[in-house]
Formats: sequence, C-alpha cells, structure tokens
Amino acid sequence: MDIAVLLKLVPDLVEELEVDSTGKSLDTTFMRRIINEPDEHALEQALLIKEGSGGSVSVIGLDVADMDDVLFTAAAKGADRQIKLTGEFEHEPNNHDLARLFVSVLKGNPPDLILTGVQAHNDLDGAVGPLVAEYLGLPYVGYIAGVSVENGGITVFKEYTGGLVGELHVSLPAVLGIQSAEKPPRYVAVSKVRQAMKTTSLDERAALELDLSEAAAIERMFVPENGERAKMLEGDVEQVADQIVGLLKNTGVL
Amino acid sequence: MADDIYVLIEHLQGNVTEMSYILLAAGRELAGGTHGELVGLLLGHNVNGLASNIAVNRILMIDHPALAEYTPDAYARAIETLLEQRAPRVVLLGETSIGADVAGGLSARLDIPHISLCRSLRVENDKLHFTSQICGGKILADGELPGPTCLVTLVPGAYKAEAGQGTSAPPIEAVKAPALDGLRVSLQGYLEPNTGDVDITREPILIAVGRGLQQEMNLELTQEIAEVLGGELCASRPVVDQGWLSTSRLVGKSGKHVKPKLYLALGISGAPEHTEGIGDPELFLAINTDSQAPIFEVAHYGAAVDLLDLVPVLTEKIKQVKGG
Ligand SMILES: Cc1cc2nc3c(=O)[nH]c(=O)nc-3n(C[C@H](O)[C@H](O)[C@H](O)COP(=O)(O)OP(=O)(O)OC[C@H]3O[C@@H](n4cnc5c(N)ncnc54)[C@H](O)[C@@H]3O)c2cc1C
Ligand SMILES: Nc1ncnc2c1ncn2[C@@H]1O[C@H](COP(=O)(O)O)[C@@H](O)[C@H]1O
Repeated sequence: MDIAVLLKLVPDLVEELEVDSTGKSLDTTFMRRIINEPDEHALEQALLIKEGSGGSVSVIGLDVADMDDVLFTAAAKGADRQIKLTGEFEHEPNNHDLARLFVSVLKGNPPDLILTGVQAHNDLDGAVGPLVAEYLGLPYVGYIAGVSVENGGITVFKEYTGGLVGELHVSLPAVLGIQSAEKPPRYVAVSKVRQAMKTTSLDERAALELDLSEAAAIERMFVPENGERAKMLEGDVEQVADQIVGLLKNTGVL
Repeated sequence: MADDIYVLIEHLQGNVTEMSYILLAAGRELAGGTHGELVGLLLGHNVNGLASNIAVNRILMIDHPALAEYTPDAYARAIETLLEQRAPRVVLLGETSIGADVAGGLSARLDIPHISLCRSLRVENDKLHFTSQICGGKILADGELPGPTCLVTLVPGAYKAEAGQGTSAPPIEAVKAPALDGLRVSLQGYLEPNTGDVDITREPILIAVGRGLQQEMNLELTQEIAEVLGGELCASRPVVDQGWLSTSRLVGKSGKHVKPKLYLALGISGAPEHTEGIGDPELFLAINTDSQAPIFEVAHYGAAVDLLDLVPVLTEKIKQVKGG
C-alpha cells in the first residue's frame, strides 16, 4: 500500500508565545517549532502499515524553517520519499488553500492512503485532512488510534468521548486524521538522521501558484489575561509540601 | 433562514452526548442575538425518543437506516443538501470526533468557512463574533464569523449543559434523506470503554501524571503517593501513548471525564483537551516547573517546582501524618 503523510511544524508550547505587531498573528521571530505531535503518530502508523503489509511511505511538508530536519528524520525512520513544497510560506496559508496545494501534489501520484494529524493547535479554520479528502473525492475519518489492513480496505479505530472506540471499515483510497499510532513513535538516533542527510535527496517541487492571501477571520490575537489563577504556593520543596499537607487536611483528604 | 442557528445533535449508542447540550446552550444565546430560531439537526433511525429534552424551537430530523449510528460519510451527505437549501447563519457542531469530521467535510463540499476551536460566541451590533483558543489555550483569537453560512466547532468550557436541556419535546419536522448508497465508511461495532483494572470516573482521589514525569521509571514515585493517599493514578495523553499507563486511565476529550474530590496534576501543561475531562474537584492542585503553564488557569493551588523533587518529600510528610 502506498501511503502519503502530511507533516506540519507547529509552535512549541513549552516556550512563551507572543503576538506580533499586527496583533493578528503569532510573533515568529524567536519561535521554536516542533513537528505537530499527531503527525509524528501519523508517520509511525504509516511505517507500521508498510512493515506489516508492504508498500511505500512518502512524507510531504512545506519549505519552512526546520522542515528539512523533519523530512530527514522521517527518512531515517524508514520513509521512502521526502517531498518538499517550495514557495512563499512566511504567512501560513489558510486550510482550504493548503488543502488544494496538497491535492495538486497528491493527484500526480495518487496514494492508497493519506494520513494527516487529526489536528494542529495553531490555526482555527478546521483541519486540512477532511478538506483534502473532499477535494479528492475520498472518504475521511478522524480521531483515529489504530489501523489494520485487510483485503480491499482498512479497519480503523476511532476514538469517541468517554473512551468509547468505534471500529469502522473504510474503503480505499481514503484520508485519515491520526490521533495516535498503535505504538509509540519510534526513536531515531541523531547519527542516523545525519546519515540520512547525506544519503537522501529531498524531492523539491514548486508549489502550485495559489492566491494564498485570503486572510483568516482573525481580527485580534492575544494572550489570555490572568483570570482566576491558581494561588501559587511559594518556598522550597519542604515548604511547598507542608502547605499541601495543610490543604489536604482542610479538605478532609488527610 | 439567514438568522437561524442550527445545532448538530450528537448521539452515540442511543444517548445524546453531553456536548450536544453544551452546543444547544451556546446556540440559544446566539439565536437570542440574531433573532432567529434555534434548530436541532437530528440524524438517525427511529430516534424520535432522543428529542424529548432538547431545548430548541424545532428539530429537523433525517431518518435513514444508514444513519442509525454516526459515520462521517453518511452524515455529511445527509446534511449537505439541507444546508444548501436552508442556509442558516451558523451551524454549531462539537469540536469532537463527530463534529470535527462532519464540519471539515461540509466546509469543502459546500465551500463554506469553518471556525474551529471556538470557545465562545456573541452578537455585538448585529454582528456575530467568535473567540477561539489556539496553541493549547495559550493564545486566544477573536473575529467576526464569516457568512453567509458558517460552520463552527465548539470546545466545552464557556457554556453549561443544563442550559441546553428542555422539559418538553420540541416539534419535529421530518426531512427526506437523500440516497445514501455506496457509502465508503461503515461501522462494524464499538469496543466498550476499557475500564481495565480501575474505573477512574468513580475515584475520589486522583493523582494525574503528564509528560513532565519524563521517564517511565518515575511512575514508581507517583504510584507511591497515590497509595499513601488511598487514590489512583490517571494520566494525560502522552503518558498513555507511551504505554506507561493503560488507556483506561486517560483523562480528557478522548478519555474519561472524572469528578474527583482531589485532583493532583503532576507535570501536566493543562491543554484544553485534557482539562475538559476534569469536573470541578473540591481541591485541584497542580505542580509544574513552568509558572506560565495553562494548568494554573484552572487549578486552585499551584507550585512551580520539580515534581521529582517534591513528590518524595510530600509522600514522606503524608506518611508521617497518617502514621501519627
Ligand atoms: C483531538 C485531540 C484530542 C486529545 N485528547 C486528549 C485527552 O483526552 N487527554 C489528554 O490529556 N490530552 C489529549 N490531547 C492532547 C493534548 O492536546 C495535549 O497535547 C496533552 O494533554 C499534553 O499532555 P501533557 O500536559 O502531559 O504534556 P505537555 O503538554 O508536554 O506538558 C508537560 C508539562 O510538564 C512540565 N514539566 C516538565 N518537567 C517537569 C518536572 N520535572 N516537574 C514538573 N513539571 C514538569 C512542563 O512544564 C509542561 O508544562 C488531545 C489532542 C487532540 C488534538
Ligand atoms: N502546513 C502544513 N504542512 C503540512 N501538513 C499540514 C499543514 N497544515 C496541515 N497539515 C496536515 O493536516 C493536519 C491537521 O492540521 P490543521 O489543518 O492545521 O489542523 C496536520 O496534522 C498535518 O498532517
């Protein structure tokens, strides 16, 4: 089975985030980006399927800072093809345009299965996965934690609220929004990534010319004001522990 | 009509989901501002009974055997024509496993905008505005809801489910289902929630561990404090994804909704997908080395210390109290 995986970089939430001078988008000057966590699971799920039933894995990303690392890391993990779309992506395109862009690439060599992350946290115009699916006329199912391959199709495990899991049969080709892979994403040593950098060449493609200017509906972006914040317990670990014991006593837990 | 607010009623295994009532509460407020009707979209097969406490002006019901349980293909196809013909101002769906699939599909099929991760909606000077929370709740974004029809997926938090519950059944208008043949997604069945060794929804004392735990072997520390407090461990997604704890202990959007007396969060950042699973604990304590972590927006008390330093000390002190 030939599988394509869309990989996106998102702001690392461990860092402090700031809004830029337009007041409408994040300040990217010192922003650290990491791969969207569900995308790491999407890649892992693709590699597991390839190992189980053969085929190939292609990864696709936009030419933004640090994308080369992401693509080479995917190569080191076992991806067969690394496609980098070049173009002007300083301001992230809206999801409808992005989806059309990915579709223009995917159409050339249609995979059996397209895996996206279920969601990325840094935009608010929905998810690219279902849009790509519709533009290609394919079914989409999101919130997936596990895929098994059988004749003529796949069975996916879809997570609902409360821990309920639906088992759904999906005909191929199809697009999935992956939440988690069946196994934790594999670790790959830095030395292997370095090696991949030397031995792999990225398949660079100029992105289709699109009017990528359509602004999202955002008028104002801001860091939430500290509303009802937790009361912070000060002091060293001993003092914090004493205060917690006090709180536990007050609530009758102790 | 152009001022109407539609809500997609979610149901699974014969039960309307909690999220549906939250959507209805939000929809009611919004319809008050647009002076339109609040309309429930109920898709299913023989589901009249589910409408009994849905607080709307009316229900549009699409009945078809293929809609008996949710599948994305059938839902999007069933709703598509209806939306095109009736063009409501807003269609509210949950930012859930159901709503996100359906909204995404409809947004492409009908080429209409979709605002996701929406926290609240309001009408000001006859204009509709949204606030969405992005970046794990660290950033908020405001804007005007694009028209003429906009799909909105809502996260829980700002609206109370009770406000979406009615006392009498609303009028139901049956809408003919389109042909639903050649569906590409079919439900094989459900795997019941894995309660594993423990049912965390019934535990009064929960020690919640997150990625800040860093290594599986550090679970021992947290296991010990859970034991001395007579509680159980629960976890955020990364801990479960790593296989350190079973999915039966996952709290949040795709995990369990818990309502403990004590919730002690250790090394959890407080992403909205996690905190939506925590129902009003009497005492909510959070330990996180990052004093700016969003968990401190929801916890009652917090400390910006290393959990690996704190937990052993705290465990000893609790033992002393218990022993003495
Ligand atoms: C559709 C969808 C559904 C989801 N459903 C769920 C769900 O049901 N449940 C869920 O939990 N998540 C869910 N998530 C994931 C969620 O968005 C977050 O990614 C996740 O909750 C983060 O887990 P975390 O807080 O443990 O990890 P992180 O966000 O990585 O946070 C770790 C925290 O630990 C702190 N830390 C590090 N070291 C230490 C230390 N030594 N001592 C103290 N603190 C330390 C750090 O400062 C940081 O704040 C879902 C995501 C999506 C997209
Ligand atoms: N700019 C992008 N580059 C590559 N993949 C993307 C991009 N935007 C979205 N995707 C894919 O779509 C998924 C959902 O992201 P989003 O649409 O931003 O919520 C991601 O997890 C990726 O798999």
